[in-house]
Amino acid sequence: MSAEFKTSKPIYSQIAERIIQQFVRGDLAPGEKLPSVREMAIQAGVNPNTIQRTYGELERLGVVETKRGQGTFMTEENDMKRKLRMDIQREMIAAFIENMRSIGFEDREIHESVNQFLNGGENGHD
Amino acid sequence: MIELSHVTKEYGKRKSLDDVTFTFEKGKVYGILGPNGSGKTADRKIASSLAFLSSEGMLYPSFKIDQMIDYFHSQYSDFSLEKAEELLTFMELDRHQKVSQLSKGQQGRLKLLLVLSRQTDVLLLDEPFIGLDPMVRMVRDTIVKGLVSFIDFGKQTVIITTHEITEIEPVLEEAIILEKGTITAHCNVEELREEQGISMLEWLKNNFKKEELA
Repeated sequence: MSAEFKTSKPIYSQIAERIIQQFVRGDLAPGEKLPSVREMAIQAGVNPNTIQRTYGELERLGVVETKRGQGTFMTEENDMKRKLRMDIQREMIAAFIENMRSIGFEDREIHESVNQFLNGGENGHD
Repeated sequence: MIELSHVTKEYGKRKSLDDVTFTFEKGKVYGILGPNGSGKTADRKIASSLAFLSSEGMLYPSFKIDQMIDYFHSQYSDFSLEKAEELLTFMELDRHQKVSQLSKGQQGRLKLLLVLSRQTDVLLLDEPFIGLDPMVRMVRDTIVKGLVSFIDFGKQTVIITTHEITEIEPVLEEAIILEKGTITAHCNVEELREEQGISMLEWLKNNFKKEELA
């Protein structure tokens, strides 16, 4: 985890997003122990208070669980990964559609071009 | 907590602090910023304004690194030899090398080692990136990781002066602009992103523009 952060969002939420993405990708397993706050802070090159907030936020979302004296663990709740996956999907689609519309594409055109892309049409792979 | 109440410091004719009132809260990490590159101009290093807060010693060219460590250990009762040992490894310094043979970057790391080994309530870190090749990202990462590893967060109040904003931003909680002896701006770094959607560097630029035009 390198210390490259976007400027427009708080660092704590960017690290939370990374952890969620790792979980959805399967790089972090349900029930897996996360590094301690201090260890994670060193890895990410950030203030430990930032990680404290990251873990707090993830706990609030139900993505991690903090067990007293043992540390922070990815949730084992069955539905969470599926839910997060859908959330990410919805967010990415919303951002994409918003972008396309702002450039002036009609929904019909967006629909067509996405289909074409997925089917490996002329706008698809090189 | 450190309270500065109407503090004025003069060095020669110049006021490095001019009636400054400010409270550093215990356990927080503060950055005192200047514009990029200004450190090389006639502007004195920012930290000299606050030097009275710290007792950062100087390096003795004829000493070897381990002699410097012993010397600091003899001078400061809060100096931890254990921390110094860990930092030697971390900073990749050779204890048998003489100070006069060290590169600028190595000298910077040795200074950092000597400061971070102290278990004081207040740490003043003066330009931790100074003397480093701007191209060497790795070394910067090492310094940042070193700070995160060896600062006792929550217990030590840390004041870092720097002109290199991007590297240090993720470590800071609060940022202060000190110009001509006066605190001209102050912010909480994460709030800046959350509420205004800008980084510390952009905030700094915004605040300096006015100043330079004036």
